[in-house]
Amino acid sequence: MSGIAGHGAAVHIENCGKTFPDGTQALAPASLDIVSGETLVLLGPSGCGKTTMLRIIAGLETPDAGGRVLFDKTDMTAVPIEQRHVGMVFQSYALFPNMTVAENIGYGLKIRGVDKAARAARVAEMVALTNIGGLENRRIDQLSGGQRQRVALARAVAVRPRVLLLDEPLTALDASLRDRLRSELNSLLRSLGITAIYVTHDQAEAMELGDRIVVMRKGAIAQIGTPREIYFAPQNRFVAEFVGAANIVEGPVASGRLTLPGGWLALNDAADNAAAVAMIRPETIGIVAEADAFLRGTVESVAFIGDRQRLVVTGAANKPLTVDAPNTINVRAGERVGLSVTPQAVRVLPKED
Amino acid sequence: MSHRNFIWICLLPLVVVTAAFFLLPMAQLLAVGAGGSRGVSAYLAIITEPRYRATLINTVVLAAATTVATLVIATIAGLFLQRHRFPGRAVLIAMLTFPLAFPGVVVGFLIILLAGRQGLIGAITAAVTGEKVVFAYSIFGLFLGYLYFSIPRVILTVMAAVQKLDIGLEEAARSLGASPWAVQRDVVLPALGPAFVASGAIAFATAMGAFGTAFTLATNIDVLPMLIYTEFTLAANFAISAALSIGLGVIAWAILALARSMSGGAVAAAG
Repeated sequence: MSGIAGHGAAVHIENCGKTFPDGTQALAPASLDIVSGETLVLLGPSGCGKTTMLRIIAGLETPDAGGRVLFDKTDMTAVPIEQRHVGMVFQSYALFPNMTVAENIGYGLKIRGVDKAARAARVAEMVALTNIGGLENRRIDQLSGGQRQRVALARAVAVRPRVLLLDEPLTALDASLRDRLRSELNSLLRSLGITAIYVTHDQAEAMELGDRIVVMRKGAIAQIGTPREIYFAPQNRFVAEFVGAANIVEGPVASGRLTLPGGWLALNDAADNAAAVAMIRPETIGIVAEADAFLRGTVESVAFIGDRQRLVVTGAANKPLTVDAPNTINVRAGERVGLSVTPQAVRVLPKED
Repeated sequence: MSHRNFIWICLLPLVVVTAAFFLLPMAQLLAVGAGGSRGVSAYLAIITEPRYRATLINTVVLAAATTVATLVIATIAGLFLQRHRFPGRAVLIAMLTFPLAFPGVVVGFLIILLAGRQGLIGAITAAVTGEKVVFAYSIFGLFLGYLYFSIPRVILTVMAAVQKLDIGLEEAARSLGASPWAVQRDVVLPALGPAFVASGAIAFATAMGAFGTAFTLATNIDVLPMLIYTEFTLAANFAISAALSIGLGVIAWAILALARSMSGGAVAAAG
C-alpha cells in the first residue's frame, strides 16, 4: 500500500520537553518511539501536553535544549516544518477559504512543483479515497463539517507525508457524524499503512484508532500501551479513571484477599498491604444471589440504558460501586445482592500520594 | 399607540435632520451646479475642461498612491503588531493611532515642521550636503500628510482582521511545504483581502476629499478640494464649484460602493 500513502517513517522522540517563555512547563522531558506504519494516540485531558508533543513532532514547536526528534534515524530537530514532510489535520479544519476543494487538496503538490497532470491525478485519487466525489469545485464555505474534515484529510495525505499528524480532527463534529467518521478514518489509516500520530481527549476515539495509546497527564506520560493494556491493566489511578469507567476500592490485602466493608475479593498474587487501592471495571462485576457471594451490598439505584443496566451498589466497598449488569436480570432498588468478581478483574494499583 | 406608529415617531428626528441637513442642501447643490452659464453641462466640465480634468487625475493618482502606500506599510506593521508581544507594544500602537485625533490642519503643520523651509529634513540636508531639501509645500508633502492620517485607520482594520485569522491556516500551509513567502502570498494576503478593500476604500475616499492638510501646506496644490475652494471663494464661480463638489462626492461614493460590494463578495467567499 506504500503506493498510495508513501513510506511511513519511524519516529523517535528523545527527551523532548517544552517550557514556555513565561516559565510554565507544558511538557516534561519525555521519550517515545513510534513504529513505521503505526497509529499512536496521545490521549489526555486538556492541558496535559498532548498537543505540545504533536507540535514538537510537526516542527511547530522546538523542544527544550536536549530534546531530539528523529524520523527514520535522521535528526529532524532543527528542520523547519515545511521541510519535514508531515501531513497535518487540525480540529479547525484549516482549509484555505480562497481555494476550491480540489485546489486545497492539490496545494501541497503545487508548492512542491508537481506538474498539473500528475497533480490532477493525485487529487482524483484522494477524492475517491475520502469519498468526496462531486465536491471538487465547491468553495469551502459550501461544505458541511464532515466534508471539510475529509478534504483536510485528503489534503494532508495527498503529499505522501512521512508522518500524518492529527490534532483532535473529529472534536468539532456532532456525535453521530463523529462515530461514522471515526470508523472510516480507522479503516483509512489501516489501509494506508501510514505512520500516524493522533491527539484526542476522547477515550473511545483513542481505543478504536490507536495501535498504542499514550495517556498523558499534566505534561507527563502516565502510561503507554495497547488499548487493551490501558483498559485492563492501568498502571495508576489516573489512567484507570480517565479511560473507561472504573470503581476504585480501598482496603487491606492479606493472604491474597482484599477485605472490603461488604466482604472480600480474591486477588491474583497480591502482596500483603495494609491500605491497598484497586480498580474494578463496572462490567466485570456479576450480580448473583446474596448467599452465593463473598461480597454483598444493597442496590441503591437501577438505570436502564438499553444495552445494559447500570446499578449503584452501596455497602460493598467504602464507596458506592457502579455495576454494569445485563439488561435481562431483574433487580430493584433496595434489594440485597451478591457481587462476583474474578481475581483477574481486580487490578491493584500502586500507592500514590 | 400601535407598535408601528411608535417606531415612526422614534424615527421622526432622523427624518427631519436628514431632510434639513442632507437632502435639502444636496438638492440645492445640484440645482446650483446646473444653474450657471454652462447649464447642466457644468457637471461634465470636470472631465471636459482640461484644467479640471488634470486636477481630477492628479487627485485620483494622489489618493491611489496614498492608498497603496498605506496598505503596504500598515499591513506589514499590523501583521507584526498583532503577531508579536514585546515591551512597549501597547505604547507603540497608541502612538501609531494617535493621528486619528488630529485635524488635517495639525497634520499639515507637522509636515511643515518635518519638511518645510524651517523643517528638520531641511536642516539635516543643509548640514550634510549643503543643499536644503524642502518638499512640504508640494504634492509630495500632501502625500506624506495623507499617509500619516491614513495609516492608523488601516492598521487597526488589518490588526482586527489578522486577529480573526486562524493561525492553523498558516500552519497547514507550512506543513504542506509552503515557504514563509508562499504562506503570505497564498494564505494570509487572500484572507486579509476584505480588510484591504474596506480600509483601502476609506483611505482612498479620505485622501480624495481631505482639505485641511492641503490648505495648510499651500494654496496652489492641484487637488480637487483646493480647486473647489478657489473656484468658490476666489473666483466666486458657484455653479462650477457646486458641480465639482458633486463630481468629487460621486467619485468617492462610487469607490466606497464598489469596495463594499467587492468586500461583501470576498467576505462571503471567506466563509
